[in-house]
Amino acid sequence: MALLEVKDLQVFYGVIQALKGISFEVSQGEIVTLIGANGAGKTTTMQTVIGLIQPKAGSIIYNEKDITKMPSHKIVASGISQVPEGRRIFQELSVYDNLMLGAYLQKDQKKIKDDIENVFDQFPILGERRTQIAGTLSGGEQQMLAMSRALMAHPTLLMMDEPSMGLSPLLVSQVFDIIKDMNSKGITILLVEQNAEKALKIADRAYVLETGAITASGTGAELASSPEIRKAYLGG
Amino acid sequence: MAVAINGLSLGAIYALIALGYTMVYGIAKMLNFAHGDVIMVGAYIIYTMCMFTWNIGSMPIWLSSLISFVVAMAVCTCLGIVIEKVAYKPLRGASPLAALITAIGVSYLLQGIAQLIWGADQRTISILDRLGTVNLGSYVIKWSAIITVVVGAIIMVCLVMFIKKTRTGRAMLAVSEDKGAAQMMGVNVNAIVSITFAIGSGLATFASMFYLPITSVSPTLGAMPGIKAFAAAVIGGIGSIPGAMLGGVLLGVVEVVCNSISAVASYTTAIEFALLIIILLVRPIGLLGKKRRIKV
Repeated sequence: MALLEVKDLQVFYGVIQALKGISFEVSQGEIVTLIGANGAGKTTTMQTVIGLIQPKAGSIIYNEKDITKMPSHKIVASGISQVPEGRRIFQELSVYDNLMLGAYLQKDQKKIKDDIENVFDQFPILGERRTQIAGTLSGGEQQMLAMSRALMAHPTLLMMDEPSMGLSPLLVSQVFDIIKDMNSKGITILLVEQNAEKALKIADRAYVLETGAITASGTGAELASSPEIRKAYLGG
Repeated sequence: MAVAINGLSLGAIYALIALGYTMVYGIAKMLNFAHGDVIMVGAYIIYTMCMFTWNIGSMPIWLSSLISFVVAMAVCTCLGIVIEKVAYKPLRGASPLAALITAIGVSYLLQGIAQLIWGADQRTISILDRLGTVNLGSYVIKWSAIITVVVGAIIMVCLVMFIKKTRTGRAMLAVSEDKGAAQMMGVNVNAIVSITFAIGSGLATFASMFYLPITSVSPTLGAMPGIKAFAAAVIGGIGSIPGAMLGGVLLGVVEVVCNSISAVASYTTAIEFALLIIILLVRPIGLLGKKRRIKV
């Protein structure tokens, strides 16, 4: 039984159909990646799963529960977190407040405190800047904060939307190391990436999304070696 | 000295109302023009409850007045939540103009209902001004003004602490900055919007209580302080909480100072709005308003 099962999902923006009935699944413990060009519908897919966009048709089953029509705060409470595209940290709030918001649905105050200390151990720069306004952090630091914020919720499934966007090559590698590390700690990951090369390398399975429809799927290695995929997404 | 206290006192009233405008704008991104009329409803409830409870023989007047105030606060808080749920929530996502027109409609609706219930006559009631005056040196100052300043300051400090330090306050700031991202944190945006309207209306009830010593109760009681407090919120930078406080106090002090100088007293309102225009010309985002970052 898959942890997340998306069936025939259709989403419209007005009269424009952004998702034309896509189906995919993510099993417990996997890293699954959705690759595709800009405008293919990757971000729409993630936002629909977490309840920010209502689909016109189709279903989203998570942990054997239908979450298609659930409000987003209940979806988050059931164990799905998201690192959104463009990070969307709260620029006007402090690093500490951002992390506290990540733990918004956590009840155990002591555990929240420990979690924050763990974040500061892992990313000392965030600890040094805990009272600083998050908007003043560098792009890389903001990405670390966005990932840490999502982890504060102790997600079962973490959806990451373009986590490497706008980062230097060194930081991109670091981000992918962190993703692997989170996965090895038991977090299931759904990854949307423009950096198809690196995404396919760490992914157990992958789907290719083209203008709102899934056109290919397979293991990361299979897709990475397919000539069409290489041509379209991996620069030959 | 008396001018200073009276100015601060009027300023505190404007600030309490302006906070309601600015918080609702920050969270729901709409201008709630019915906010002033919540003050009017609060004033009528206080009036009616006092008329009723003061006649209960054994109860001291301060206690029955306090009970009247608490009832008014409960009614106004519920009213704020209901207005949002019935009139504004269905329009979320509609054009800002639709919400604005609806707010103006709600404003007239409340005035109409008040006129049906209580009639158009002006009524006066003396609650806080029963406390009389105090002599500070050679100055005679009303207790009501002192209470307004002190209680107003305490409320504002509590509000700032609530927003900065509590989980709900943090969620309000998050929704105000990025609603979608706040939802991804598990924040229930509908609940936060309701809480915001509740707090705004609760603050408005304090404004009703403090405004009673300087006005008479009528269905249009809320119009003038409402529009001035809205100007105060814009002067301070709409969406900014410290801005609403600063703008309110500034406008209140300017109003009382102008009124105390006989040569300009008849131009007071004109001067206040001229101040608004000048500040917006020099600094379009208001004194403490934040420039919205440009999204890439």
